[in-house]
Amino acid sequence: MTSVSTRSIVWARRRRSWKQLGEQFRRSRTGILGLAIFVTFATLALAAPLLFDSSQLDVTKATGGVYESPTARYWLGTDDAGRNVLALVVWGARISLLVGLCATVLSMCIGTAVGIASGHFRGVIGGVLDRVIDWFLVIPFLPLAIVLATVLGKSLLNIIIVIGVTSWPATARLIRAQTLSVEGRPYLERAKALGSGDLHQMTRHVLPNVMPLVLANTTLAVSISILSETTLSFLGLGDPTAVSWGTILDDAFSTGAISAGAWWYLAAPGVCVVLVVLAFNLVGRALEDILDPREAPQ
Amino acid sequence: MSLISGPDTAPRSSASGRRGVLAPGVRYGLSRVLSAVGTFIFVILFNFFLFRLLPGDPISLYTRGRDVDPEIKRQLQARFNAPIAEQFFAYIRNPFVPELPSQRFSAPVWDVIGPRIWPTLLLVGTATVLATVFGVWLGIRSAWKRGQRFDKIATTVTLVLYSMPEFWFGMILLIVFSVGVFGIPGIFPVGGLSTPGVNIATFAGTADVAWHLALPVFTLTVIYLAEYSLVMRASLIDEMGADYLRTARAKGLREADVRRRHAVPNALLPTTTLIFLNLGFVVGGAITIEYVFSVAGLGSLTVLALRGPDIPLLQTLFLLFSAAVIIANLVADLLYARLDPRVRT
Amino acid sequence: MTLLEFDDVSITYQARHGLVPAVRNLSLSLPLGQTLGIAGESGCGKTTLADSVLRLLPKSAQVSGHIRLDGEDVMAMSFGQLRAARWAKAAVVFQGAMHALNPVQRIETQLAEPILLHEDVGVQAARVRVGELLEQVGLPATRAGDYPHQLSGGQKQRVMIAMALACRPSLLIADEPTTALDVMVQAQVLDLLASLVRQFGLGVMLISHDLSVLAGACDRVAVMYAGRIVEEGAASDVFARPLHPYAKALAGAFPRIGDQAFRYAPAGLPGDPPFPGDLPPGCPLHPRCPIAVEACSTAEPLLSRYGDREAACHRVGEGLV
Repeated sequence: MTSVSTRSIVWARRRRSWKQLGEQFRRSRTGILGLAIFVTFATLALAAPLLFDSSQLDVTKATGGVYESPTARYWLGTDDAGRNVLALVVWGARISLLVGLCATVLSMCIGTAVGIASGHFRGVIGGVLDRVIDWFLVIPFLPLAIVLATVLGKSLLNIIIVIGVTSWPATARLIRAQTLSVEGRPYLERAKALGSGDLHQMTRHVLPNVMPLVLANTTLAVSISILSETTLSFLGLGDPTAVSWGTILDDAFSTGAISAGAWWYLAAPGVCVVLVVLAFNLVGRALEDILDPREAPQ
Repeated sequence: MSLISGPDTAPRSSASGRRGVLAPGVRYGLSRVLSAVGTFIFVILFNFFLFRLLPGDPISLYTRGRDVDPEIKRQLQARFNAPIAEQFFAYIRNPFVPELPSQRFSAPVWDVIGPRIWPTLLLVGTATVLATVFGVWLGIRSAWKRGQRFDKIATTVTLVLYSMPEFWFGMILLIVFSVGVFGIPGIFPVGGLSTPGVNIATFAGTADVAWHLALPVFTLTVIYLAEYSLVMRASLIDEMGADYLRTARAKGLREADVRRRHAVPNALLPTTTLIFLNLGFVVGGAITIEYVFSVAGLGSLTVLALRGPDIPLLQTLFLLFSAAVIIANLVADLLYARLDPRVRT
Repeated sequence: MTLLEFDDVSITYQARHGLVPAVRNLSLSLPLGQTLGIAGESGCGKTTLADSVLRLLPKSAQVSGHIRLDGEDVMAMSFGQLRAARWAKAAVVFQGAMHALNPVQRIETQLAEPILLHEDVGVQAARVRVGELLEQVGLPATRAGDYPHQLSGGQKQRVMIAMALACRPSLLIADEPTTALDVMVQAQVLDLLASLVRQFGLGVMLISHDLSVLAGACDRVAVMYAGRIVEEGAASDVFARPLHPYAKALAGAFPRIGDQAFRYAPAGLPGDPPFPGDLPPGCPLHPRCPIAVEACSTAEPLLSRYGDREAACHRVGEGLV
């Protein structure tokens, strides 16, 4: 008789509940819409080199006139140096999405680890972690990010670090609350009685149970990261050699696109940001609704 | 006339047991104040260490891309080569005024900051008040008519606004209403706080300021109210499943009264907290919008400071913004305690 | 004079996956001055029944048959008539007093609310009445300024009773008034209800899963299972000599100390009550019933009269039970 290991039973159960999550998600129209928008942009971003040669980003190789409004040749017009705005926006998607996703991964890793640890360890460690989380939550984001970015210098990596370091506390607080509720459950007491150590408890028991919430939170965190990157780049703290939607907006504003009436130059990158951030918000809300449903109207 | 009497009539509040010196409300208030002070102390420490404990030559931060008088450079070197402890005590003696003047303006930092405080307060204050009033109303109405057309439209619009960078919204408004686009003329000024030469202390001057601030206040109001509305809606929907609402209905109250007298006051409590908790968001908005609309407030000063970078100015502004948010959070905590009797008694 | 009458009432909920019949063809009547107990486990439909009297059910619920309060059909009332009847004709003491009170309002505000709504009195007069109500349920009038979280479970329950009496209704519906209370406090609350009935001549519908509570406090008892009444009769009779196997199991689940006969009574039924949306064919009890026969799985038994009692079981008439 072959024995079925507990591990495989557990994983079978977890696969089933993830599958269930997927099925319920498929039923949410707004969630699917969000996912579709994201996939579209991700595809465009990946396909950028195929659609537009990178020379179109070079100011010295620009071929159009200054602030040309949209024509058949330049669907989104040109910027103040004559570059194709559509090319800029499609290439900009790469950096904006990249930074958004990387910063989120960093923020989620730190946030989840600290959140679980602060919920799990009572006493001094837990207390200190709690205070650290609360401190970061009170300090206003943009001034802190500006100060950090100024000190670290302008590069893509630094932007990712700045956003990651300033946004992990929101996640940590949520995870901490969830950890505390999971820790109150009897099976964790049983695990402790059976000799399970702290790390084992945290990774094998608590983490899988907070994962669904982490997932919903991650999508919302991505939207915040993208907005943050756009803002920091707009203020001039981004990588000057990288083209992102934020840097395009910075260029547009500094070169007087507003007074020139070059609305296409402003509208295009902004609309992209709105669509992508909205997409992640929709997906995040759909996931939240599935995991924590409120009473349906009667 | 009592039909039943017995031990069940004794009061149950916490004061009956161990009698503390302070009432629970006061005790809570003090703990929040201490917490706020502690947080601020951390900010002061952070401000010091951030600029000293970084890789590379700290002096380069002050002299990057700038021609600096060699005498000043020597002074800086002397200061930064002193032992950390000595530097720390020098800092602690007065953490609110940096040892160096503003580099960009060549003036003491607070002289630069001072006159810029009221424009920011005016801009942010007006926007926050308007956003709270309209946002809460919109949230209540959306939750009230949940699932109906009003709710669907309102929620969609607020979600889109919530996904929008506020400075971009401002720029679009500028192009449409200030510069004019597609043949429609612009009617609002492109920026600034007032028309140069106009005395703002007069009635005409105030109107001028109002005309200049119309677009930036509108931008911030709309962006803030999107979030407040979503929060209020979620809060009220959560509250609408509560049991005590069924009791209220059973007593014969009209549905509108059930909502108004019972559901909404309860739902306002978590909403108030959440709104105050997001004050950092308000500060961020001030910075970018003042920059876009060229309003001479603390926000645009921050952007000027980071362009330098003007370290003394940046440090002080960071301190100021943090202090403002910490105080606002403290006010929120104390306000909540006053509003929620479960905390107060 | 019949205070409350259910005439062939069926109540069906609209759930995500279909229709759920919570109450099926139920008929019951309660005259003024009598206390009627409704016994049953969770899910049998007793709370639905209680909520239906004042039309507190969700909008999607479908009600057929007639529910008559003081002769008037509740379902046919206009909303204005209904609101006037709520609390003034009949009042409900809800299950779970912990959450049935508004946590951020003082007790006096909540007690005065129905008075100010239904009677044409000023705030001062209402405040005096609030004090009287509190004293009637054994709480000092000084507690009126307290918030719900400052009261114990038993005190909150008494406030709910006081609140229910505020507009002098003729019918009081108490849904699980003693659940989650200590035994001593339970006894106090039941005594209180009994004396209020005596004093004001109220009609009371008392709902509980605890048959022993109902046996002592009620004149008549109706036992519900899967949305229908399966036994009905004088309270002491139903408790001491139940006819229906389910009533027997319920009675047996609460042993009386010293009574030898109870040591041999069945201690309970295996399994769980059926989900109302998924009832078994024939008699809904048959999968769990210790005396089920072939006929029980095909035909649902009707409520038949046996003297002063009614029972819905194929095997009652056989004289075996």
